[in-house]
Order: sequence, then C-alpha cells, then structure tokens
Amino acid sequence: MSTQATDRHAIGVAMKRKEDPRFIQGKGHYIDDLAFPGMLYLALVRSPYPHAEIKNIDIADAMKVPGVKAVITGKDLDAAGLGWLPTFHGFDKQMVLAIGKVLFQYQEVAAVFAESREAAADGAEAVQVDYAPLPVVADPFTSKTDKVLLRPDREQKTNHIFHWEVGDKDATARALASSPRRIKERLWFQRCHPAPLEPCGCVAYFDTMGRLQFHVTSQAPHVYRTALALVTGIPEDKIHVISPDLGGGFGNKVPIYPGYVCAIVGALKIGRPVKWIETRTENLTSTGFARDYHMDVEIGATEDGRVTALHVATTADHGAFDAAADPSKYPAGIFGIVTGSYAFPVAHAEVDAYFTNKAPGGIAYRCSFRVTEASYAIERGMDILADELGMDAAELRSKNFVKKEQFPYPSALGFTYDSGDYQKTLNLALEKIGYKQLLEEQAEKRARGELMGIGISTFTEVVGAGPSKHFDILGIKMFDSAEIRIHPTGAGIVRTGTKSQGQGHETTWAQIVAEELGLDPQTIMVEEGDTDTAPYGLGTYASRSTPTAGAAIAMAARRIREKARKIAAHLLEVGEADVEWKDYKFQVKGVPSKTVTMKDVAFAAYTNMAQNEPGLEATFYYDPPNMTYPNGTYVAVVDVDRDTGEVKVRRFLAVDDCGTIINPLVVEGQIHGGLTEGFAIAFMQEVQYDAEGNNLNTNFTDYLLPTSLETPHWETDKTVTPSPHHPIGAKGVGESPNVGSPAAFVNAVIDALSPLGVRHIDMPITRDKVWRAIQEAEQSKK
Amino acid sequence: MKVTVTVNGTVYERDVQPRTLLAYFLREDCGLTGTHVGCDTSSCGCCVVVLDGERAVKSCNMFAVQADGHQILTVEGLANGATLHPLQQGFWDQHGLQCGFCTPGMLLTSYALLKHNPNPSEADIREGLSGNLCRCTGYQNIVKAVQQAAGQMHEPVSA
Repeated sequence: MSTQATDRHAIGVAMKRKEDPRFIQGKGHYIDDLAFPGMLYLALVRSPYPHAEIKNIDIADAMKVPGVKAVITGKDLDAAGLGWLPTFHGFDKQMVLAIGKVLFQYQEVAAVFAESREAAADGAEAVQVDYAPLPVVADPFTSKTDKVLLRPDREQKTNHIFHWEVGDKDATARALASSPRRIKERLWFQRCHPAPLEPCGCVAYFDTMGRLQFHVTSQAPHVYRTALALVTGIPEDKIHVISPDLGGGFGNKVPIYPGYVCAIVGALKIGRPVKWIETRTENLTSTGFARDYHMDVEIGATEDGRVTALHVATTADHGAFDAAADPSKYPAGIFGIVTGSYAFPVAHAEVDAYFTNKAPGGIAYRCSFRVTEASYAIERGMDILADELGMDAAELRSKNFVKKEQFPYPSALGFTYDSGDYQKTLNLALEKIGYKQLLEEQAEKRARGELMGIGISTFTEVVGAGPSKHFDILGIKMFDSAEIRIHPTGAGIVRTGTKSQGQGHETTWAQIVAEELGLDPQTIMVEEGDTDTAPYGLGTYASRSTPTAGAAIAMAARRIREKARKIAAHLLEVGEADVEWKDYKFQVKGVPSKTVTMKDVAFAAYTNMAQNEPGLEATFYYDPPNMTYPNGTYVAVVDVDRDTGEVKVRRFLAVDDCGTIINPLVVEGQIHGGLTEGFAIAFMQEVQYDAEGNNLNTNFTDYLLPTSLETPHWETDKTVTPSPHHPIGAKGVGESPNVGSPAAFVNAVIDALSPLGVRHIDMPITRDKVWRAIQEAEQSKK
Repeated sequence: MKVTVTVNGTVYERDVQPRTLLAYFLREDCGLTGTHVGCDTSSCGCCVVVLDGERAVKSCNMFAVQADGHQILTVEGLANGATLHPLQQGFWDQHGLQCGFCTPGMLLTSYALLKHNPNPSEADIREGLSGNLCRCTGYQNIVKAVQQAAGQMHEPVSA
C-alpha cells in the first residue's frame, strides 16, 4: 500500500511526514513542556465516594502546607457564577467543583494552587472533606426505577435523560411480526476510555493586556474559545486558545473539563500562570468515557435470507451529567447508521439515556458519534442472523448489500449514502484472505473438535459532520475552514480550523495545497490550533478533518488558482480566457510551449501584478453538502484454546474504501492504529464499576491496553470509490478500523465457539469469559 | 539534596527534593522535555531513558538521587549533530510514529535493545518493546523501524 505509483503531483504520494523530525528528536511541544515565570501548579481534591452529601470542607490545614497559595471550592465558584458548565450539546450542565453533593467517584471537589507540583499534591491531601454517603445507582437499569433521584437540581424529577428515536416504529413492528425468520439479542458495548498516552492539561494566564492566554489539550480550540466566552463572560477577543502538539486525543480531548475552568479561575484570582496536568488515574476516572450502550437488536428476514426489518432499542448509561459530546440535534449521535451496508426496507432505532453515579461522558472515541456502537450492533446482528438461518456469513451480507448502482442511496433511517462498491470490497477481502481454504480448514478442525473461527465485518460509517442544516455544537454550525497564503517565492502557509493529534495534517494538508497549485509540499507549512491565527473551525474528531477542512483547503486553493490565472494571463500576454491550468502549470490554450508556473505567478503577485490586486491568498469556509460514507470489509481468523479459553488472532485483513487517498503511508498507519484500538476494545479495554459505584480500572495496570506482544500483525488492502461530493473525493479514514473491527473479532470468536452452541459473549472477550462459555456449553450437553 | 548527573554528555549539578523523580529532574531541572510522563504506574514507557550507556530504565520509576554520579542518555542526545541516529531515521522512514508522545521512550528502549541484541528478530523486538505502550501505530511500523535501524547499524562504518 505504501509504495503505490501515482501520476499525480502530490495527492496519493507516500510522502514521509513533515512533523516527524521534531518528534523523533524530543522537540515536540506538548502541554506539560510549557513553563512560564511564576507559574503555579493546580491539584484537584477528588471524591472517594460515588454518591455523597458534602457536609463540610475544611481548607485550614491545606493552607498551612508550605507553598500553597489558595484553595477554592464549589461554593466559591458558585458565588462567582461559575459553579456549573454547560455540556457540549447544551441539554445539561455539569458541576465544575462539587456543590452540595458528589455524584461519582473521583469527582472534582476542591482546587489547590501551589508553588510546585509536589506542594499542590500535598495541599490536596490536606483538604478535609466530610461526606455523608448516599445510596448509589450503579447501572442504568436500576436508574430507570427512579427510586433514587440523582439530579434534584434538574427541573425534570427523573433519572431519565432523553428518549430519542428515528424510523417508522409501526411499520417496523409489523414487518418484524410478519417475518418468517427473526433474531433478537442483547449486545452490550461496554464502557471504554480512549486513554491517549498524553493526559489532558492546560496552562492559563492573563497577559499584560488582561487577555486570557489559554494553552490547552484541545481537539477543538475555537469551540473552547467561544464556550469560555459564553461561560465566563470574558469577551471573546480577550481569549486566546492555543492547542499545542497533542499526544493523542481519540475524542478524549473534545470536552471542557473542570480542571481547565479551575486553572483559569486560579490565574485570575492569584494573578499568576497556573498549570494543571492530570494524572493517568484522573484521566481514566473523570474525563470523557465512551460507549456504554445496552442494545436490543432485532432483525427480521425471509426464509432465503433477505432482511425485512431492523429494530434496535438501546439503554444508555451517561453517568452523572449528560456530557455526551454530540451535535445538538443528535442526542444519540448518528446512531441511525445502524442499518449499515444493507438495504433494509424499514427500520426503527431508539435510545433511552439515564443518569448513574459514574463519570460523565459518552464521547466519540475514535468514532463519529455513536457510529461504533451502531456498526457493532448491525455487524453482530447479521452474524447472529446467519447462524439462525444456517447461512454463510459472507453470502448473507452479499445478498443484502446496498448495490453499487443504488448510490446515492437513501437509507431507511434518513441518510443518503454517497458512494460505495461493497461487493467488490468483500470479494477482494475474501480472495485475499483465502476464504474458501479457510472454510475447508475450519471444517477439518471442527471434525477433530478444534475451535477455529472466521469473523467478517462489512461496515459502513458516516463521517464528516457536517452539513449546517443538521449539525451544530452549541448552535455553531459544523463547517470547517482553510486559509492559504502563498509567499513571493512560491512557498506558503495553510491554516485550518482542525487540530491534528497525530493524524499527520502537517503533511496531508500540504499535499492537498501542492496538488491544487502545483507547488512543492515540502515548502507548504501547516499551522493549526491557534485561535488568533487559524480561521474558525470546529476541530478534529469524528473523522471530520478531511471531509470538512480537507475540502476547504482544496476550495481555498482553487480560489487562489482563479486569481493566479489573471496574473498568469498578464505574464503570458494573453487574455484570461486564453489561459488554461494544465499539468500543474498555466499555459496558453493550445500552445504547450507557452507556460508559467504557480511559482512564477506567486512572485509576480507581489512584484508585477499589473492591474490585479496584489498578494496571493484565499480563505474558504466549507459547508459540506452531505456526510461521507467510508466502508470496508474486515476478516479476522482466530484459534481458541478449548482448555484455557485463550483466543489467538491468527490473521486479520482490513480492506478499506476511504475514497481518494491523500497519503497512503498515513492512511495505512491510521488503519494499523485503529485496528489495534478495535482489538483492545474486543479483548481488553473496559471501565468497570462495582455495585457500590467504585471504579475498578483506575490505571494502566487495571485498564489494559495492548502491547506489542498481544497486538496482531495487520494485513491491509483497499478499494477506491471516491466521494462524489467531496472536492478531492476523499472520505476520511482515521476511525473506520476502530468502528469496523470489534464486530469482526467477536464474530470470529463466536464462530469458533458456535459448534458448542455459544451464541454471544459481550466484550471484552477475556480468557475467563471464553473458558466459562465453553464449560457451560459442555456441561449443558452432558 | 545535591546531585550530579551527566545527561547526554553534559554535567548537571542540581539541588533536588529526595522525592523528585528522575523523569521530572530531566524535564524540569535540566529542561529536557523530550522525556514524557504518560502514567503513574510505570506501565507506559514514555519516560524511558538509557542509564550508563546500555540499560533502559523508566525514569518515572527512579528518583533523581538514584541517578547521582550516573550517565543518562535521553532522546535529545541521540542524534549526532544534524545526523539522525539510525533509529530516529528508521522511525521517520517507516512511519513508526503518529502523535509522537511515546516515541522518545520507544527510541531509547530500542537503543538499549540493539545494544544487547544487534540483530533482533521481529519476536525479539516485540518482546523488547512490550514495556512501552503506543496508542497510534499498532506497533507494526515501529518493528519495521527498529529492523531498518538494526540493518543500518550493522553496515560497515565508512571513514
């Protein structure tokens, strides 16, 4: 994949990344690398109780700790009108520091500011808090009963947060009732945490002009600026948000956290810079988790395996505050993609969300707003249906695919799929993995009592939020932007409203500019994350950067080309209508010998522009006409040890169709990384709470991430079906492997265990769960 | 407490608290911020440095005072002027990094690995790097990067 030939100038070239030299030499610029004269450190006091009334907070001992400058509590913030933060979609609010009671273990209770990181930690230890424990609601099914009301601060006296639904409920019920074959299964997509290797943090100070300088680990710096202006009342021009190099994000660095607000308040109150860097435990226990969807999936089918209807009813655990990072009109994200790659004539999806005594969140973890949950539901559901019908899992999928000629395809739940060739992608995957031979091998092994499984996932994602008529956050439409300036020597700079966290924008954005303008990508600088310089945009998450900002870059470059054409006409001494852009140069129509390059034009734009406006720059705000729909076929092959329950992923092939590929090296890297996170979700990662609401996975010895030893070898391939509405045909890819792969892994394990009659195991599929399932199956046969 | 630590060939004499971790000594007392801290439990390996030329250690798991009188190599000391170390070149060529946060630790762990095993197999490399977490790459390109470096370091050195 990384060595593909291309006849294009810059797009499709496996260019080495421009950002790497600083990272491999320890010259990255991450949040904790920043230091300012007089800087104080912030440490937070956190609750040991999941649900408790706060009787008293005594800060006297903390104030005596050498180096401690100040301690603030929820009461102080509330008095200043900063007690509560609105959540991202604006339906709820969350406490900055606990007011009256705590609602989850590790909730922020007090903020301690001190001269050093150690003194701040000592001060936090010395804050005395008297708690009176309250009854704990540890799961959404208990929450449903409303026996314990968690949020008396809200107008609605219930733990039920919202009911959301899409599709034709009655028609779906009728179609299911009249279907000759039906399956129904409860699938739980467990609570996960994105756990980027760099935790969250910030440094806040007010400069000599009284302006807030706010350095913060943010995937969406402009949204932070506007939200901070709205919450604090500081005029937006007096706020400068700078997001430095980010050590991963995966959705975890989208929300605004209490530590950020406390750092700003401390900087204002004490008049010195304040740094807050969370510990790993704080990251895992209090910042945005993902998933926690209990999904009842029902599929109807004809005897010969044509799907007739889909119904999914979900019970969602949102934790103590409804801090799900979803667009305003989509409280359950874009879960409506749950019909997947299949032509369901009718469908109905519903989600009911509840408060519990757990950390707030529900963020899009390497995922486009609940698309991972949806993809898992349908891809597991199709396998369960295949099992029920006794049909081959690939054949059932083929039979029900949206066909190539049906695009643009209106789905039963309201999406218009842009493009795809699902059958071609599936065929390539099956051929490349050697599906027939694997089935033969499996039959032989089954005859000997050995457990081997093949799992397929033929997913469709929906990414690139999004069109302004549907998508907004806090009312701000989800467009994105690019500003390009070409300098006299033909070098240039591009700035966007997105923010790379490892995705490689410094390289891929330069490639788009270079392709559109015939310039050298090595001399196009990319700058993101600084709200003073970058045009307004909604940031990087939900695979939206390439579909939105990538498009804006191409469109801004085309604006530059239009202006450059006028200058080229002047240089070529012909009328503008006689100039064409060909082979990455301007030439006089029909006279290939008379050309000028963009570099020539750039120089002329500052030195010899004739009657044209000097300079060569453009800005474009791109409002996408539709979402993009990356898709793929993933195949996992596993062996299961009958005696120990150990699962070995023997092979894994990912065939992705993300449309036009900007940089094959970067795309392949993203796929490797996303598959590894999908593998982690399928087999290892889970944030568990016990019945008393205690978080059981508070660090990396309990919250398990895969190392180089467990991680399988990844095989990749591609099909390319460009998006018809995107200026360069690209769809976005960073999340596909994380969205599509969990179902492939689980399907493979269940396929291995199916001779024993095992129908489903919830993730993470640990050795002991598999061992138990085998034991139970064998017991029941006796 | 007074400590004297030689980091990348430069002698640093500093007054530190007994509880100061080597990682924070390097980052805050020596100003070498290439060494990162990603967890509290010595699980992630972002902070790995090389002690006395050959031992990879997690600098969050050592006090600065324990490094008194020792030599430390950090990511800032890998390149020879403008010439990248073969490992740095390998990570760049093979796309062995994305966000870059784990990269210094990966590089230093690989450095010690190649000291002890100049010609490692893929299994050796995966075993050797198993104390270093990466959330972005899935490790495959990191393995390739170390293999490329091992190959280059084997080549006869030209004068």
